[in-house]
Amino acid sequence: MAGAALPGRLSWQLGRVVDTIEETRRAKSLVLDLPNWQGHRAGQHVDIRLTADDGYQAQRGYSIASAPEDDGVMLTVDRLERGEVSPYLTDVIEQGDELELRGPIGGYFVWDASQSGPLLLISGGSGIVPLRAMLRHWAAARPAVEVRLLHSARSLDDVIYRDELMRLAAFEEVDVRIALTRAWPDGWRGHRGRVDRDFLDGAAWPPRDQPHIYVCGPTAFVEAATAALVETGQQPNTIKTERFGPTGN
Amino acid sequence: MSPISRGFLGRRRSRGDPSRVPPGQYVTDDFPVLSAGPTPHTPLPDWSFTVDGAVVKPVSWRWVEFLALPAEHVTVDIHCVTKWSKLDTSWRGVSLEALLKTVETKAEYLTAWCDGGYTTNLALDDVLDGKAWVAYEYEGGPIHPEHGGPARLLVPHLYFWKSAKWVRGLRLTPTDEPGFWETYGYHNHGDPWLEQRYRGD
Repeated sequence: MAGAALPGRLSWQLGRVVDTIEETRRAKSLVLDLPNWQGHRAGQHVDIRLTADDGYQAQRGYSIASAPEDDGVMLTVDRLERGEVSPYLTDVIEQGDELELRGPIGGYFVWDASQSGPLLLISGGSGIVPLRAMLRHWAAARPAVEVRLLHSARSLDDVIYRDELMRLAAFEEVDVRIALTRAWPDGWRGHRGRVDRDFLDGAAWPPRDQPHIYVCGPTAFVEAATAALVETGQQPNTIKTERFGPTGN
Repeated sequence: MSPISRGFLGRRRSRGDPSRVPPGQYVTDDFPVLSAGPTPHTPLPDWSFTVDGAVVKPVSWRWVEFLALPAEHVTVDIHCVTKWSKLDTSWRGVSLEALLKTVETKAEYLTAWCDGGYTTNLALDDVLDGKAWVAYEYEGGPIHPEHGGPARLLVPHLYFWKSAKWVRGLRLTPTDEPGFWETYGYHNHGDPWLEQRYRGD
């Protein structure tokens, strides 16, 4: 039904991959040209639908990495070793290929530059993807709010958008703090180990500043980070979360 | 017609009976967690469950009273809008049929409300007659807080966002009032067999 857009309905549409970017060993970005895209808000996601030649289909959701202001819609996909869809998107699809999707989806885990109050972004691994959309939206709109990104990755090489984060950190209002959990470069002065209460305590604004807090990452990461935030006095209703992956229980 | 995705083979359904898997879903043995905010931890002595709203006389139970209500054991398939389905999950809890029998009402809808502020709306037709429960045991043990413990709604014939975690009460309403995800673009009804994922589906 691509192209047959009914008002209020999320129709499937076809995009073309115009660029691919190797972000890390596991993560790849796809930049899509979507002629029927109606725009999105920072933090939303899309559903992708793949079709095999015998008609078999598989659907999965992926966060949008690009800001509303960007040209083209960018998705960043983390390859799950035993995944069905992600290895296709990171290893098989190429520039020029078509991709079927619908969106934007989700109206809660979104940030808009018109929101007052500081912006606290906390991510683990590929949980940074929707937060990158928020950071780029901030950089495009430049509202007078401070932004802090606390990002956790296994090693420096696993930090998705590493160079771009360093460029964003050059803004006076933007503070980027990286926690590395498994390997540290020589002389690493950032946080070592998991995002914990100590790390958050020193980095989160006090509740009276009414920060908007967005936490995205694997389930265990989000559970630990949000529990620590609530313990340090943050109001639960100021914390928006997105979780992914297995729980182990 | 969807175009063929060049080079996509797909894993096919290796697990489970295909007739039990709704369109666009895949079967997982895992139990993923989807929540819009932090996991609340309400101490059991402070927990209660209330049926109120458009009723003649509201009813409320404390935790120990709730456990004393007639419980049922059910084994059901569950389907999350994020595409995973999990087959043969087993739960123990109190049917909504039993809970709603305790009040007198002309209402045809309800809003389930929860610790943490989450809500979801359901028609009584979708919850009576053995279609929904307030569950407090999963696979023979307490429900882990990440998965909605101490008690969560279980409405297995609808997408799992309707099975509200950390549920604390049912508010009967004369009209259908969209809940949390229903307001944020998800389908008002959410039948997985009709693939009612988003508004307009």
